[in-house]
Amino acid sequence: MECLVDQEVEFVFGYPGGAVLPIYDELFGEERIRHILVRHEAGAAHAAEGYARATGKPGVVLVTSGPGATNAVTGIADAFMDSIPMVVITGQVPTALIGTDAFQEADTVGITRHCTKHNYLVKDPADLKATLEEAFRIATTGRPGPVVVDIPKDVQIAVPSESRASKLTASHRYAPQMAAPAEQIIEAVDMLAGAERPIFYTGGGVINSGPEATELLRQLQDMTGAPVTSTLMGLGCFANTHPDWLGMLGMHGTFEANMAMNRADVMVCIGARFDDRVTGRLDAFSPDSTKIHVDIDRSSINKNVPVDLGIVGDCATVLGQMIEAWGQRKAQDLGEWKARIAGWRARECLAYPEKSKKNPDAIMPQKAVERLYALTKDRSPIITTEVGQHQMWAAQYFGFDKPNKWLTSGGLGTMGYGMPAAIGAQLGHPDALVIDIAGEASIQMNIQELGTASQYRLPIKVFILNNEYMGMVRQWQELTYESRYSNSYSDSLPDFVALAEAYGWKGIRIQDEKDLDAGILSMMEYDGPVIVDCCVAADANCLPMIPSGAAHTEMLLYGDQVDGTMDDEAKALV
Amino acid sequence: MKIQSAASERHVLNVTVDNEPGILAKITGLFTARGYNIDSLTVADISDDHAISRITVVTNGPPEVIDQIEAQLERLVPVHGVTDLTTAGPHVERELALIKVSGKGDARVEALRVADIFRASVVDTTTESFVFELTGAPDKIDSFIALMRGLGLVEVGRSGVVGMIRGAAGA
Repeated sequence: MECLVDQEVEFVFGYPGGAVLPIYDELFGEERIRHILVRHEAGAAHAAEGYARATGKPGVVLVTSGPGATNAVTGIADAFMDSIPMVVITGQVPTALIGTDAFQEADTVGITRHCTKHNYLVKDPADLKATLEEAFRIATTGRPGPVVVDIPKDVQIAVPSESRASKLTASHRYAPQMAAPAEQIIEAVDMLAGAERPIFYTGGGVINSGPEATELLRQLQDMTGAPVTSTLMGLGCFANTHPDWLGMLGMHGTFEANMAMNRADVMVCIGARFDDRVTGRLDAFSPDSTKIHVDIDRSSINKNVPVDLGIVGDCATVLGQMIEAWGQRKAQDLGEWKARIAGWRARECLAYPEKSKKNPDAIMPQKAVERLYALTKDRSPIITTEVGQHQMWAAQYFGFDKPNKWLTSGGLGTMGYGMPAAIGAQLGHPDALVIDIAGEASIQMNIQELGTASQYRLPIKVFILNNEYMGMVRQWQELTYESRYSNSYSDSLPDFVALAEAYGWKGIRIQDEKDLDAGILSMMEYDGPVIVDCCVAADANCLPMIPSGAAHTEMLLYGDQVDGTMDDEAKALV
Repeated sequence: MKIQSAASERHVLNVTVDNEPGILAKITGLFTARGYNIDSLTVADISDDHAISRITVVTNGPPEVIDQIEAQLERLVPVHGVTDLTTAGPHVERELALIKVSGKGDARVEALRVADIFRASVVDTTTESFVFELTGAPDKIDSFIALMRGLGLVEVGRSGVVGMIRGAAGA
């Protein structure tokens, strides 16, 4: 407990159980740390992620052995994929019982070995303090990630003998490289300065590196004039209102971002990792560009796409070095490049039909997100999402000009992430407007956390784009499997308004576009948690889209004909 | 559906790690989870205070995969460093094998004669069997085993490769 206080932990997200009772007893009456009782351990892990992503501080989870730990695994894997700093303390059966298939025993360290940055089983009480300190250091430095500390019940109770120092105290190991060698910086700046068609391809690493990295990115962009695109995880690292902002890139990115990536001659990738959702078909990915990749994790460099210059270092530090090396240089005239980009912009790839073909009275989901953005942007809201069509619509139609305002499950794509993440974000920012843009299918995956928000009087808003389908699955079935909608219909949906009221929330249903603004405003005005059940067109698809196995230049836009089937090679891709 | 394959190279990697529980599982698990190959793997404690172990992995794959393997290994917290002996320059590789051969008459005499040529030593004998101990580069052991096949080979145990860079400098 003292270790947690030393680490300036404000909140612990957890759920008690047999193997953590000694720690819970210490928490009783502890005033320096606030325990947030979730309703399911998956909620604890996602809430910790939301807290971490919104505040930049590590999220802390406390769960019991066996099912407590296994329930938290999805959130741990999610944090690993998205590089979220998190320390997960799991109870374990007493050391003497380990390996005997004891009640609520699971091999937590074994199960989490490949979805954590590091993990520990603490067998000696003397090691506990040093282990926790190292766990926090590993979780928060370098490429952030989740660290699991599994503590057997007898170790929790034991009083460490002062005489024996821990082996772990001298931490010689693990020293992430922050600054890059000067010659690499000069080479990078020379490439950038000589570019006729440069582009910044930015990612979550810029946000993880801290607010300074965002500032420096904007400075370097200002010096060079190069246009900026970003991954799903990087939204907010550059202002969406800036004229050189291209929008998100990748599978559901904008036409102009993807075309500019394809035609660029120098690409500067900062804190992104060439994910398959970004690159599309690899052999057609930005074929003519010289690629510079800045990443704190050497294993991200040359993993999917070979680059010309890999720079291992922290985004903020390297951006600072690049700005210094750029010095008084003058930016190239990028007029011709900007004109080509303007041409792609003119395609208006985010345009969508005013009305649904099948149900002309229904609200278009894109419209709902646009209105939500327009009415809330002055309050600089924190947006969380679940996973699916609504997530992509939020990424496309909501605008972000600051970091740490956009919390979404990118790498793992975990449905059920948004509401617990909103809980964590609201605790970290009690005065902020926190909205989970959700789908009616995803929200049910961690619906139990309604109770957590009620208990702690967290005024989070859940805005459900209810199209009665697992929309992204339905869309793929339409495009790839000739509209055979196998198991993608959300049958037997609850009455979300009644459900909200049952938990002491306010429930609002919006069925008609003329009620949209009023519904959003009354959601914002209500001082407490709200579910908005916004009924939207069921047949709307999330476009633009790069179909699986296609290149950046082969985007589907609204109005394109799709034949509804694909060859086996494309079907084998995800 | 095409499964891509590229020209594969054999590489010997020395990995220095903290000698802590689970490290071997971490490393072998990394190879399986990411679809890398392990041809052989040896591990032993190498420091006075039992704090450091050296793991030697023989793997194969295209150069970019080998580079990823090194990067992924270095990313693990208990890993201190990775040396790729194959790219580091001249190095020695040695493997130890125990080979049991059973036979009588001419075959037995021939087995002993071949063992002498290979400088294998006899570490156990009965009137109808030998256990040979042989140390050498892996291909030397391969050819010894191939010869023993015709002379009553019963079983083989191999340690896997350990290796070291030639010259005065350490890795």
